[in-house]
Amino acid sequence: MALTNEQIERYSRHIILKEVGAKGQKKLLNAKVLIIGAGGLGAPAALYLAAAGVGTIGIADADEVDLSNLQRQVIHSTADIGKPKVQSAKESMEAINPDVKVITYHKFLTSDNILDIIKDYDFILDGTDNFPAKFLINDACVMAKKPFSHAGIIRFKGQLMTYVPGEGPCYRCVFRDPPPKDAVPTCKQAGVIGAMGGVIGSLQAMEAVKYIIGQGKLLTGSLLTYDALSMTFHKIQLPRDTSTCPVCGTHPTITKLIDYEQTVCEGVGL
Amino acid sequence: MKITVAGTEKQVADGITVAQLIEDEKVETPQYVTVTVNDEFVESGKFAETVIHEGDSIEFLYFMGGGSNGSDK
Ligand SMILES: [Zn+2]
Repeated sequence: MALTNEQIERYSRHIILKEVGAKGQKKLLNAKVLIIGAGGLGAPAALYLAAAGVGTIGIADADEVDLSNLQRQVIHSTADIGKPKVQSAKESMEAINPDVKVITYHKFLTSDNILDIIKDYDFILDGTDNFPAKFLINDACVMAKKPFSHAGIIRFKGQLMTYVPGEGPCYRCVFRDPPPKDAVPTCKQAGVIGAMGGVIGSLQAMEAVKYIIGQGKLLTGSLLTYDALSMTFHKIQLPRDTSTCPVCGTHPTITKLIDYEQTVCEGVGL
Repeated sequence: MKITVAGTEKQVADGITVAQLIEDEKVETPQYVTVTVNDEFVESGKFAETVIHEGDSIEFLYFMGGGSNGSDK
């Protein structure tokens, strides 16, 4: 499939890069990326991936746009309040780039549906806010052998790591089990500076693009932390030995997905 | 003795343990922090008995949520 004249112009700043070129741009156009959570992290990631011409973008979120989201979730507008976040995100992405096919999942991801949803995607972005969802995404990606980007943000801090099957530790290698509910502060309780989602979500989009075009070194085997107040990035080398991990290790004890929080009205929230 | 904490060189007392360092560094939610010494995990039950040596590099890894606020909104 040759690029059209319009595509050559739209993606000219990509194509001129020796690491991308027309070949890399075609890889992006053929790629499928799933973004779980259309919030502080997912919003900027979705905007950049759509603008970059990632051909198929899946977006999963059970929520509707709320006034308190707009301080950081830049894919949604004031007029979108009350609309499903996935619908608002789809409209923004399609407005930026008609090359992109957006598939929406207006639902909570659970142990019952996550494997079926991620199976069609090349790379997954975890933009969720809660630990049950983060562990579910990790375990599902390990089991389905899918690469994914994990990230978290709070106050003036953020962090991310990338998992690629067979190339280093997973999230559960670092954190064995989710903390009890409310044991660790969340953004809602502790706050988060809006631009933090922009920094970390954009880094997640960067990892997805690098994975797709096959260039550079990914954040596999390391956790990158960012502190906005001291304006420092710090890359933590993670242990290489993953053999004892309960999910990605040599003798996994977790072989079925776990829904950590199962309340009547909630499921695993995104 | 000199050690490195989160990439920064620090002067600490000889024979300090991981548990003492967690206290000195005022680590938030210390019961849920993951610790590495020289890029190896320290089991969370062994913080008090793990002695840090001159030149060791210690990292604290924290749980961080963030992103979409689906479940609580
Ligand atoms: Zn693992």
